[in-house]
Amino acid sequence: MALSSPRGTLLGPKGWTGVLAAALVIGVLIPLLNLAVAPDSAFHLSEYYVSLTGKILCYAICALAMDLIWGYTGILSLGHGVFFALGGYGMGMYLMRQIGREGSYKSDLPDFMVFLDWKDLPWHWAWSDSFVLQMLLVIAVPGLLAFVFGFFAFRSRIKGVYFSIITQALTFAAMLLFFRNETGFGGNNGFTDFKRILDMPLNTPGMRVFLCVLSGAVLIAFFLMARMIVNSKYGRVLQAIRDAETRVMFTGYNPVAYKLSIWTLSAVMCAVAGALYVPQVGIINPGEMSPAASIEMAIWAAVGGRATLIGPIVGAFFVNGAKSWFTVAFPEYWLFFLGALFIAVTLFLPHGIVGLLRKKGERS
Amino acid sequence: MSFLKGTFGCLLLALAGWACALTPEQALRIAEGESDDRIAALNAAAATRDAALVPYLQALLADEVKLAGGKALIVRGDDVVEAATGAKATLPDDAEDVVNNNRMRQALEGALAAFNLSSPDREVRAKAIADMKDSVDEGLADLLDKAASAETDLGLKAQLELLKATALISSPDKAKRIAAATLLAGSADPATGALLAAKLDEEADAEVKAAIRRSIDTVQARLAWGERLGVLFTGISLGSILLLVALGLAITYGLMGVINMAHGELMMIGAYATYVVQNLFREYLPAAFDWYVIAAIPLSFFTAALVGAVLERTVIRWLYGRPLETLLATWGISLILMQLVRTIFGAQNVGVENPSWLSGGLQVLPNLTLPYNRLAIMAFAALVLIGVTLLINKTRLGLFVRGVTQNRRMAACMGVNTARVDTYAFSLGAGIAGLAGCALSQVGNVGPDLGQGYIVDSFMVVVLGGVGQLAGAVYAGLGLGVLNKLLEGWQGAVLAKIMVLVFIVVFIQKRPQGIFAMKGRSAEA
Repeated sequence: MALSSPRGTLLGPKGWTGVLAAALVIGVLIPLLNLAVAPDSAFHLSEYYVSLTGKILCYAICALAMDLIWGYTGILSLGHGVFFALGGYGMGMYLMRQIGREGSYKSDLPDFMVFLDWKDLPWHWAWSDSFVLQMLLVIAVPGLLAFVFGFFAFRSRIKGVYFSIITQALTFAAMLLFFRNETGFGGNNGFTDFKRILDMPLNTPGMRVFLCVLSGAVLIAFFLMARMIVNSKYGRVLQAIRDAETRVMFTGYNPVAYKLSIWTLSAVMCAVAGALYVPQVGIINPGEMSPAASIEMAIWAAVGGRATLIGPIVGAFFVNGAKSWFTVAFPEYWLFFLGALFIAVTLFLPHGIVGLLRKKGERS
Repeated sequence: MSFLKGTFGCLLLALAGWACALTPEQALRIAEGESDDRIAALNAAAATRDAALVPYLQALLADEVKLAGGKALIVRGDDVVEAATGAKATLPDDAEDVVNNNRMRQALEGALAAFNLSSPDREVRAKAIADMKDSVDEGLADLLDKAASAETDLGLKAQLELLKATALISSPDKAKRIAAATLLAGSADPATGALLAAKLDEEADAEVKAAIRRSIDTVQARLAWGERLGVLFTGISLGSILLLVALGLAITYGLMGVINMAHGELMMIGAYATYVVQNLFREYLPAAFDWYVIAAIPLSFFTAALVGAVLERTVIRWLYGRPLETLLATWGISLILMQLVRTIFGAQNVGVENPSWLSGGLQVLPNLTLPYNRLAIMAFAALVLIGVTLLINKTRLGLFVRGVTQNRRMAACMGVNTARVDTYAFSLGAGIAGLAGCALSQVGNVGPDLGQGYIVDSFMVVVLGGVGQLAGAVYAGLGLGVLNKLLEGWQGAVLAKIMVLVFIVVFIQKRPQGIFAMKGRSAEA
């Protein structure tokens, strides 16, 4: 099913051309159109579109992560939002500390802590002043959570729908926890009003373009990594687990190790996406952990086409592009559209947009 | 207050013959000076049981008394009379208002209530006792004693004794204090516990202190029982709601293997059907409004079942055997249904009223009231459970459903129209969701998001209970409800929910197939 290139090469010539084209668009075209072209020119790309592209690129990373775990390993996670949000919160903590004394209370502590009448930083904020250490947490915390959760779940052979529901419970529980003020993550409001990153102001056109380009670069890197994974022997075993787990087990493989490693990797990818996402949108709150947000990630992958690597990226762009268009043009119809998309894709497009295009290509 | 005034009117007529005089000095002392002195004067006057005091006290409470020239005057509009004699008077310019602080007001109300203790009407006496609870002090002890010995109703007599003890607990006489403290141990009122605790701090005498402490322990032990039973009751109540929600899921998921994420929205449809029936009754049958719930039950069932049948025929039918796809498609359905309801009824919550026979509650203990609507839901859940069990185990349709669940091909070979059985089974599950929605409309808010709050919980019930079993859903639903409420009392609502989720995840480790696992030899099990 997958575009299998000959063993040993990462991508075919067509594939490399595509990657190069994507890199050119994100790395050269967007910065040029936004920064160099005059604002009144027809070719000028407004800041709205730059940040929208940056946002969707982060979503595309999530969709790619979903694809590795769902499309290639057959495990549907309805809780990837929690990893995304944890990564986002990790970045948010650093950004909150970067505000310094410029908050509305002019205190060393973030505003919400002053509001709660806290005198010191809680213990889990200990590393939040250092960018490097905090970025380590961005990867380590969601990775560890995924590892522990996955270890227990896969070890007792929870799979299929059971696993999906348990992951949904996980993100739901995390959301409830983060809604509480005592947890030390700003409660309902989460973190917002960021000012700087690495002592550089956030709200400049240059920074916005830089973050967008960075997201694109990370996405391409992850894409190539995912390509490497699915083409390797390890990737073949994953796909075998998806198709017939019992047979894989009886052939002498231990599926737990395979499932656990890809599950943790996928969670970390989501966390990185979350960390890139927060400085671009300027807010993180527990809403990102709602079960609805996680299930939407699954639909990005499904719309584009599962078990293809380009599909989820296409899907993320299609669904989120449609979302930003609908919510401006016909806000009340967006949920109808999204709901219909869920139904239509599962009923009529099992291989997504990419599968549809490929079929057309084969016919002609 | 108007109630009080009315009864006083009657009382006055009855007593008009022997009204002896309230002296002007008494009237003045009650109205003027420090609160302590005024209350002492009030109690002294009240002890005479002079009915002439009643209108004066009412006037004081209504802020109609003014002081002028060493006399208390009652002023009602242009009508001015002397408080003591009832003689007409004129209002001097320098008249001062009598100001009553809260403590004074309580004392006045208590004194007024004391007059009602001798009313021939039991209800009036009961209310008087309740009114006096906050304001008794030692001055009223004799009066209460008399009332207690005259009282014929045993329940009220016990309450009067307690009230007397409350009055005597501040007595300067040590023996009386000990007696009062011992007597108060018989109370089960949370206020008594607080009173005793306050007195314990004030008390200097060791002997009395010990008596008070003993009584506090007894009262608190009794209160603790009320609280424990209360937690158990709310737990079972939540459990019965979860059970109703999970019963439908037990059929669609447990028997048919269809993950229906739109289950919550089918409940919402049931709740909105109840809302519509309520409005129709209010509009066209206001006389029978109290019985709209009865009419709403079948309607919410059939509305949800109809929607369920349509969904099964159009969407779910094509996804059998692909649970993950079903999950996504039904999620899409739930989004559409929610938005549809928002478009039709608006995004705000709508009001569904309890009929009068479901409002109020059954008072079991002083600190434990069982609301009728929750009791009704428990009974309703039990009835639905019995109905579903009978349907699945005793009817032809149930037999077909079980047969198709166990071996679809074989059932088809035996001539069962499996496609139709699927539709029936799915609409049955949807209809039960509608019933759950109808029940929920009586205890919670009805809005487009109604189903979202229950979907995670209800799936947990099914996962915990195990697939393919109704009994599992029952035990899991009730168990989770009680566990949730117990933890809630201990750690607060949010942490309780998280602990329950963690508990389930851990539980699934030990028993991946739920409490009641289907036994089989499949390697996939």
